[in-house]
Amino acid sequence: MTDSGSTDPTRIPSLPEVFLKRTFSLINSTSDRNSLSLVCKDWYNYERLTRRHVSIRNCYAVSPEIVAARFPAIRSVSLKGKPRFSDFNLVPEEWGADVQPWLSVFVTAYPLLEELRLKRMSVCDDSLEFLAMNFDAFKALSMLSCDGFSTIGLEAIATHCKNLTELDIQENGVADVGGDWLGFFPENLTSLEVLNFANLGNEVSFDVLESLVSRSKSLRVLKVNQKVSLDQLRKLLVLAPQLTELGTGTFSGDLVSSSVNELESAFSKCGNLQTLSGFWDPSLLYIPALYPVCGGLTFLNLSYSVLGADELEQILTHCKRLTRLWVLDTVGDKGLEAVGSHCPLLEELRVYPDDPLDQQSGVSESGLVAVSNGCPKLHYILYFCQRMTNAAVVTVAQNCPDFTHFRLCIMKPHEPDYLTNEPMDEAFGAIVKTCVNLQRLSVSGLLTDLAFEYIGKYAKNLETLSVAFAGNSDAGMEYVMRGCPKLKRLEIRDCPFGDSALLSGLSQCESMRSLWMSACNLTMNGCKKLAQEKAMLNVEVIKDEDGDDSLANKVYVYRTVAGPRKDAPPFVVTL
Amino acid sequence: MSVPLEHDYIGLSDASRSSVESSNISSDSETNNVLNLKATELSLGLPGFSKNFEENGCCTKFEPKNFMLGAKRGFSDVNLDVNGGFEKVQGLKGDLVDGVVKVGEEKKKDAVPSAKAQVVGWPPIRSFRKNTMATNVSKNGDAREGSSGSGGCLYVKVSMDGAPYLRKIDLKVYHNYAELSKALEKMFSCFTLGQCTSNGVRGREGLSESNLKDLLHGSECVLTYEDKDGDWMLVGDVPWEMFIDSCKRLRIMKGSEAIGLAPRSVDKGKNRN
Repeated sequence: MTDSGSTDPTRIPSLPEVFLKRTFSLINSTSDRNSLSLVCKDWYNYERLTRRHVSIRNCYAVSPEIVAARFPAIRSVSLKGKPRFSDFNLVPEEWGADVQPWLSVFVTAYPLLEELRLKRMSVCDDSLEFLAMNFDAFKALSMLSCDGFSTIGLEAIATHCKNLTELDIQENGVADVGGDWLGFFPENLTSLEVLNFANLGNEVSFDVLESLVSRSKSLRVLKVNQKVSLDQLRKLLVLAPQLTELGTGTFSGDLVSSSVNELESAFSKCGNLQTLSGFWDPSLLYIPALYPVCGGLTFLNLSYSVLGADELEQILTHCKRLTRLWVLDTVGDKGLEAVGSHCPLLEELRVYPDDPLDQQSGVSESGLVAVSNGCPKLHYILYFCQRMTNAAVVTVAQNCPDFTHFRLCIMKPHEPDYLTNEPMDEAFGAIVKTCVNLQRLSVSGLLTDLAFEYIGKYAKNLETLSVAFAGNSDAGMEYVMRGCPKLKRLEIRDCPFGDSALLSGLSQCESMRSLWMSACNLTMNGCKKLAQEKAMLNVEVIKDEDGDDSLANKVYVYRTVAGPRKDAPPFVVTL
Repeated sequence: MSVPLEHDYIGLSDASRSSVESSNISSDSETNNVLNLKATELSLGLPGFSKNFEENGCCTKFEPKNFMLGAKRGFSDVNLDVNGGFEKVQGLKGDLVDGVVKVGEEKKKDAVPSAKAQVVGWPPIRSFRKNTMATNVSKNGDAREGSSGSGGCLYVKVSMDGAPYLRKIDLKVYHNYAELSKALEKMFSCFTLGQCTSNGVRGREGLSESNLKDLLHGSECVLTYEDKDGDWMLVGDVPWEMFIDSCKRLRIMKGSEAIGLAPRSVDKGKNRN
């Protein structure tokens, strides 16, 4: 509330502290809280004293001590570590993002910590044990794309977390050393609401699982691993018809102790199911058992299921309410036509590649167009394909102007429009021009600087940009650095962008969360210059074993209030 | 529909990924010297195989049908330049490999095999997905009745004594024992700096006694398979069609275990080089 004419600081009456604190404690949105904290010193204080949840999107942007000092009442932490390209093996092991330093501070600062959500962090078994033993109120652990731990760590969690409501292990580099980690849950633990162990490779004892599910009356999310058979799944469903999210195990093999009808009947009792996933090796024999629940599904994840177009269509005819669908490209363009026909409410589609190196298979531009024709509400797309055309993407942009996330991966680097042989500049140009709400963009195919000129000119709401094998010169990156005010994360690989591109966005770098550049044309000198200009940035170079010492092959730049990393391994040099 | 392809069981850094077209690359992820090991490469002595690695530096071009080593699901993170050296090779642990090596265009039946080099971390797919797809195979027929997908895949596991991990191959890709043998040699050469030698004539369908002798005399390795009844049989006795019908898995046996499986008569092979 600014009054440009008045200079009287007492004009706005101050509200009672009790009132403010009480009000603030009801506000959960982080961005709202960030705004509140900027109003005045008092509000900054009230906000920080009442904040319960903090999301740290780069674990090196701040230190645990600083977080603990500012926010004393935190009960829930979400922490992200490595740069996203570590998912694709571009970041060496031992790079960092260890969770332990955080836990060591939290044990004194937040002894009542309840929730911890980790993404791309290094977590070792000892840390899991430390967590389990030192936080009596701990309830919810979720790990996505983390590594460094094994089922031994999970044993500790199961043993010591008396109030556990959530254990969610997703897509991690977890070593399943066997053993009966599930059996470490005590008999009197009945509080589980979320159990996701789809990531683990070994069999768990079914008796133990059955008993756990049976006594967890609040269980709403259950995602089992591939080793759980259909028979076993059926039994679990009978025990937990209240589930809202189910991840099946293997969906094939012989039903030994029951029939397809009984399986179907078990599914039909699950009236609350909204999300289905799993389906490794789906057998067409048993898929009809799903039909009773398909009508209520909003999210169907078939991205591990090798299905053809007809099979997918059969399923989709029952899934009219789908808003999110993930599939493998084995369904082909024909399968995507079925998506366009049967899923008018679809908002998110992801098409993953079954075999990236097979150029004859997969989906093409016509599948994408078909979906955009039938699904006007589409706003999130992740599409792996072998070939694409500019015209198709232009059509898609016109059909679906509400895209917020457009991630197109033409799998062969430098691949042009396969009909016209032109670069794919116009495709992405159309997307950024038409889709004004675009937040996230991944580009691919043959791209010149023109594509980046378009992005810089039109993508004013863009927050995340991923670029690979694209561009002609520094100008490309400069367009983006200068033109995208909301850019938070920029990740670039194998592009001809050099030092002057890096230095062109000095002011941008400060407002960005992070910048990754690998296999570009950066030199150590350029990086040093950036480091000198901007003290609040950490400019880190990941050194190659051999290779020219004057070149900077992998550069990771991020803003931080914590100064240079203290735990950097020898191959990470902070300039 | 997708061409049946070999599986990379682990989906890790095995340096054997190659292009859509026809090249085989010996798999090795530990050393830079794999491509020079042709002289000592494993050979299993199945008929039709001839030790002809000299053709193109390091790799023999394989027959068409878009046969590819590995990577139907799960593809490696190693950069490989078929025609020469390659940049750092990824270790089995998943260390990094740097650099993109672009190799020439693919050609079908060419004297110079070229492979589309694979790029580290591209396409951008998480390891979990890669590894999961590598182990999650479309089973032959059973679970895929009426499927409009890639019917006609017959994936079997291949184990080799002493090797740290298994592989999976699609038997339908091959037409005879010779092709199978060649493929397996390539696949497992990194595990044996072989005492295995083989001789044979290209194109022969059946394993002759003489070839077996050659196999056993000079070599340590025997290729066996588990049939529908659960028995372990020597590969090569029955016609190819019958073989792929009954084969459930393959095993490359070494050393003393191999004794007793093959007949022991001592004829000189007429096909010995």
